[in-house]
Amino acid sequence: MSGNLTLAIVAGVLVASGVYLLTERSLTRILIGVLVMGNGVNLLFMLAAGPAGNPPLLGMFPTESMTDPLPQAMVLTAIVITMAVSAFVVTMAYRSFQLNGNDEVSDDVEDRRIRELAERDDVSDSYEDTSFSDAGEDMVSE
Amino acid sequence: MNLLTVPVLLPMLGAALTLILGRRPRLQRLVSILVLVGVVAAAGTLALRAHADGVQTLWVGAWPQGYGIALVADRLSAIMLTVAGLVTLAVLVYSAGQEEDEVRKETPVSIFHPTFLLMCAGVSNAFLAGDLFNLFVGFEILLFASYVLLTMGGTKSRIRAGSIYVVVNLLSSMLFLIALANIYAAIGSVNLAQIAQRMPDLPDHTQAQLQFMLLLVFAIKAAVFPLSAWLPDSYPTAPAPVTAVFAGLLTKVGVYAILRTQTLIFPHRPLTEPLMWVALLTMIVGILGAIAQVEIKRLLSFTLVSHIGYMVLGIALATTDGIAATIYYTAHHITIQATLFLVAGLIQRVGHSNNLDRLSGLMTTSPLLAALFIVPGMNLAGIPPFSGFIGKLGLLNAATATGTPLSLALVVASVLTSLLTLYAIAKVWNRAFWGTPVAVAHVDDEEDEDDEGSGRLMPGVMVGATLALIAFSLTLTFVAGPAYDYTKQAAAALLDGAYVQAVLGEVRP
Repeated sequence: MSGNLTLAIVAGVLVASGVYLLTERSLTRILIGVLVMGNGVNLLFMLAAGPAGNPPLLGMFPTESMTDPLPQAMVLTAIVITMAVSAFVVTMAYRSFQLNGNDEVSDDVEDRRIRELAERDDVSDSYEDTSFSDAGEDMVSE
Repeated sequence: MNLLTVPVLLPMLGAALTLILGRRPRLQRLVSILVLVGVVAAAGTLALRAHADGVQTLWVGAWPQGYGIALVADRLSAIMLTVAGLVTLAVLVYSAGQEEDEVRKETPVSIFHPTFLLMCAGVSNAFLAGDLFNLFVGFEILLFASYVLLTMGGTKSRIRAGSIYVVVNLLSSMLFLIALANIYAAIGSVNLAQIAQRMPDLPDHTQAQLQFMLLLVFAIKAAVFPLSAWLPDSYPTAPAPVTAVFAGLLTKVGVYAILRTQTLIFPHRPLTEPLMWVALLTMIVGILGAIAQVEIKRLLSFTLVSHIGYMVLGIALATTDGIAATIYYTAHHITIQATLFLVAGLIQRVGHSNNLDRLSGLMTTSPLLAALFIVPGMNLAGIPPFSGFIGKLGLLNAATATGTPLSLALVVASVLTSLLTLYAIAKVWNRAFWGTPVAVAHVDDEEDEDDEGSGRLMPGVMVGATLALIAFSLTLTFVAGPAYDYTKQAAAALLDGAYVQAVLGEVRP
């Protein structure tokens, strides 16, 4: 199978930009990243279809000269799914903005707690509590 | 109508119907329950047929064979479908009991049932998909429903957890699409059976690349260790029934996809060593995370990650025994993990918290709850009479039979993980159930969302649904002989190429 180099490079650039945007914190940027990346992936499907040919309409063109229609059907599905996803992410970003005043993806709560404890050089609550309260004397820690 | 379409179409129709019935909650619940009963019946029948007559295939839309979309049910798919159906049914009954009992202020109740049923449709579609693109669509349906279920109510903590979950899954969906484009370019088909036929002809590095991409995608979904960090953070904030069904099913769909692609497309490239390392790390890191937690739902989420390692171990072994044990273990784990999350929901109602620091003496407050917790808890840890023990024993036997140093190391790690699971369960038991009951001065904390049982603490329907799941896990124990035979035959069929034969017939394209 021969590929189209321009298509491959464009797809690569789009996916790379998408990945870069995906590493941002703001949900809006992440969404743009997903959209850009999605388009790159769609181009990849076009690439997978092989060299471009005539429209795949039976009876109008000889079968050998037609483009493979299957990847186009897949791209169509992917586009529909991406659309639904963007609608959902926009809603979520807006809700996040309503609640927090920003649309940032925040860290894991637990991670943050542990990091704070580490900075204070402290132990967690659960560690200090390790005693069997029914006996009252069987202290494990300390 | 062909039986193969029922598990996918029936929940979709049910979703439409329940959406129309949004203003009549009782009728809505009745419809959802009937739909899921139908799904279980269809899945059960499929399981019997796949056993008696071999792999069931349907080319949807009457296209010539090889061109359309195939739905395929072999024993593996049928077992997964049946167990998934039973668990979702029990969870739905549980949540119906909860709705009956609570006045939900913040949640738009009308949307829960349609979304839940759509998720079931997605799960069924993923289990039945005979081609990779349909598998992708199944994943998208279930993921989309899960986004909605996870952020239901739109509270602060759920939006926070939801955004992480959504971003991770968007990335994995994109990766899946890239993998699909590559596979289509290399093979010219996305039908699993055709891919399986043509894969061995490809150059080795192309095969390695495709295999790695598929494994990466499914490992994110299944929460296998280096890619598992999203799970314990996003699951615990959702309402108990939602977490239960997520924990039970969604990661297992990922495990199923790994199992299917490894046995069907890449039987000649088992990747035993890397997968074993991954399994080892998943087990150990997961369980170490679990024993450090003070919140029951978080703790259970970490045990979930850890026990995915067992399933990966069986897949890595790639022997009939290993895969049979994995299938049995997966069925067991779907049930038990869902049960434990349902019990966590009950603990939340009785003790007004899921935090071990705030719970004490539940044994005195509610002996029934204690019983409901300890049976699945012991089962999860793999204490002998239960199904968890049987599954683990199968895996350990298969690993020792292989006998390489790495597989023996995994035997040790499995036993250790099992012990540490017991430790985690014992920790919950000691701190939440023993001791003197605390007079619950109602604390307003961040977990308040699931709270506010306006009625009785343990409504009969919720307890009944939990009991039913426990009974099902005990059934898995009692009929372990026949069940294990069935999974053995399922595993043997996965490895002997019956699937390709059944889907494509005798014609080789």
